[in-house]
Amino acid sequence: MTLDIRTIAPSELHEEMLRLKTERQMDFLVNLVGMDWGEEGLGVIYMLESTRTGETATLKTVTADRENPFIPTVSDLWQIANIYEREVYDFFGIKFLNHPDMRRIFLREDWVGYPLRKDDKTEEENPLRMTDEPLADTTHEYFLKEDGSVGVKENTVWGKDEYVVNVGPQHPSTHGVLHMRASLDGEIVKKVGLVLGYIHRGVEKISESMTYPQLLAMTDRLDYFSAMQNRHALCMCIEKAMGLEVSERVQYIRTIMDELQRIASHLIYYACMTMDTGALTAFFYTFREREQLMKIFEDNFGGRLIMNYNTIGGVMYDILPSFVKEVKEFEKALRNRFKEYQDIYTNNVIAKGRMVGVGTISNEDAISLGLTGPVGRASGWKNDVRKRHPYAMYDKVDFTEIVRNEGDTNARHWNRMDEMLESLNIIDQLIDNIPAGEFQAKRKPIIKLPEGCFYQAVEASRGELGVFIESKGDKTPYRVHYRSSSLPLANAMDTASRGQKFADLIAIGASMDFVIPDIDR
Amino acid sequence: MGKPKIKSIPYEEFKDNETLEQMLDELNAHGANVVVTTADKLINWGRSNSVWPMNFGTSCCAIELMAMGAARFDMARFGFEVTRTSPRQADLILVCGTITNKMAPVLRRLYDQMADPKYVIAIGGCTCTGGPFTKSYHVVKGVDKILPVDVYVPGCPPRPEAFYYGMMQLQRKMKIENFLGTVNRKEKDEHKEEAEELQKKIINQEQEA
Repeated sequence: MTLDIRTIAPSELHEEMLRLKTERQMDFLVNLVGMDWGEEGLGVIYMLESTRTGETATLKTVTADRENPFIPTVSDLWQIANIYEREVYDFFGIKFLNHPDMRRIFLREDWVGYPLRKDDKTEEENPLRMTDEPLADTTHEYFLKEDGSVGVKENTVWGKDEYVVNVGPQHPSTHGVLHMRASLDGEIVKKVGLVLGYIHRGVEKISESMTYPQLLAMTDRLDYFSAMQNRHALCMCIEKAMGLEVSERVQYIRTIMDELQRIASHLIYYACMTMDTGALTAFFYTFREREQLMKIFEDNFGGRLIMNYNTIGGVMYDILPSFVKEVKEFEKALRNRFKEYQDIYTNNVIAKGRMVGVGTISNEDAISLGLTGPVGRASGWKNDVRKRHPYAMYDKVDFTEIVRNEGDTNARHWNRMDEMLESLNIIDQLIDNIPAGEFQAKRKPIIKLPEGCFYQAVEASRGELGVFIESKGDKTPYRVHYRSSSLPLANAMDTASRGQKFADLIAIGASMDFVIPDIDR
Repeated sequence: MGKPKIKSIPYEEFKDNETLEQMLDELNAHGANVVVTTADKLINWGRSNSVWPMNFGTSCCAIELMAMGAARFDMARFGFEVTRTSPRQADLILVCGTITNKMAPVLRRLYDQMADPKYVIAIGGCTCTGGPFTKSYHVVKGVDKILPVDVYVPGCPPRPEAFYYGMMQLQRKMKIENFLGTVNRKEKDEHKEEAEELQKKIINQEQEA
């Protein structure tokens, strides 16, 4: 089940990508992975998908030059490629020709070296710097001259006359340590720029020196509101590569846990959204229900926020006999109180004024920006991984994909509200028929994956979360990459908030519901 | 100064009493002024029961802090509920979550902006030692590399009860401190002379003009 990867020379890359986009309608760039293949050179793997036909394609391109690696950009075809390519530049030092903005994105601008290269001596060259970080106002663009050599020109990011306001990194409503720079014209936002990496923990690099069971500890801490789904994705990816079948009981349990986790996440979303728009009372309402859910989690796996529940081939512990009853009680309570949430906040005139028609994202932009999850579905794009590539029990349960067409903050908010009910419906269908069986499949103590590249996506609380593993047949992976569900959402802040009031920037950010450790990894 | 008291929890049930006793011995070594210590007791009683924390949440532990603010765990019972996001209004910085190399100067700056007396609690495995990310090239291995930490609360993330235990340990520490004359003027302002000179210069320039 390895990925079928086609190799293309860098010189033909842009043409081929354009052809795929126009002729085969590959309008969704799922993932873009930077790679260091040692002597073969540095390269990039592109994963494409068509939103109309559902076709997928995976391509790779390699450049042998390690000193000055150049690869043409695809950021003019897919908007999301802009930020993905900056990430690859930051970690591997691959420069993208004709990319308008080649600045570092996660690491400090005075960082030496490229940490994800296999031969990089990061720690020696980069001691802890306690000076203020430099923030450049200009950037470089590399382009091919007519004679074939590479030229450099300087682009302006923030002009001298622009009035730039910093939001973050320590700000109550950025949901963590996001740093946004907004250029203002009076009260109107002209442009938003992101400075990321304040919680960049280098998960992908540490993963390369860990065995597969050790890897599992990392995923829960990426997007801690989707801890279950993240780990589910990694476990499925490893199981798929090993050819390991898990029992039906495990599939049931995993699906129920994923949905419970989604409800917990959306409850937190509601609390944060209300807090950011100034309605503090509503915050306590959802936390009441969440604590009930936390108690179920705690009784069954001992953890509240970070559960460490899924393992390769099953789950850590069997569910308790009281689990079914408790979940049913929770379900009843949530359904009863659901109306309360809408009365106190969503249907309120002030809340509607803050949400309706604010921060609109069009359907084309949503696809081009790779906005999966409730945000993309608010712009009329059916992108649910549970429907596109069903996994676990999702092809056997009956549920509707919540889609709205307005694309504004209100639609995003309502999408999440309806998704909670839909999750309850899924749990309803499964909870009574959990079959008997093993909760943990038998496997060898040492896990080695066959050679090749593997990818597995799940629908996490914020959209598609993908795990990409390249294995060379060892106990440790050669490269691990997580397709973050939050990075595209944060990247879309610019598109969504242009022309809006500065105060709405916070409301739009809350409706995107990004989690920063998932962005920075 | 006597042993610190926390209502309805006996002194012996707390761990690491030795550190507190050592602190007490040092403070009482040369005798203590009756008037000053009595005033201190009153001030410390008020201070320790109205700690205003600055919530510096970078990752997972911050969510448990939110849960602590909500109804089930309700930190208002202990007087911690006034969480500030501005360092100038806070007595205590709760470092919740991994501190990376890029964040370290920001955190240090926030700490410097706080008014004395100020305290630091390191919450979670990441802030204590680097946690699961110790091998990383971009993580500070323990927040004590950049800040003086008063209380460590390990866990990934710690349960809300563990938060309270840490906060109570800090309260106990605050209760035995000499407030007048020591804690309230702990640090000299490094930039004071510089700032005064600069001000003189500006005034001179203006007068000349």
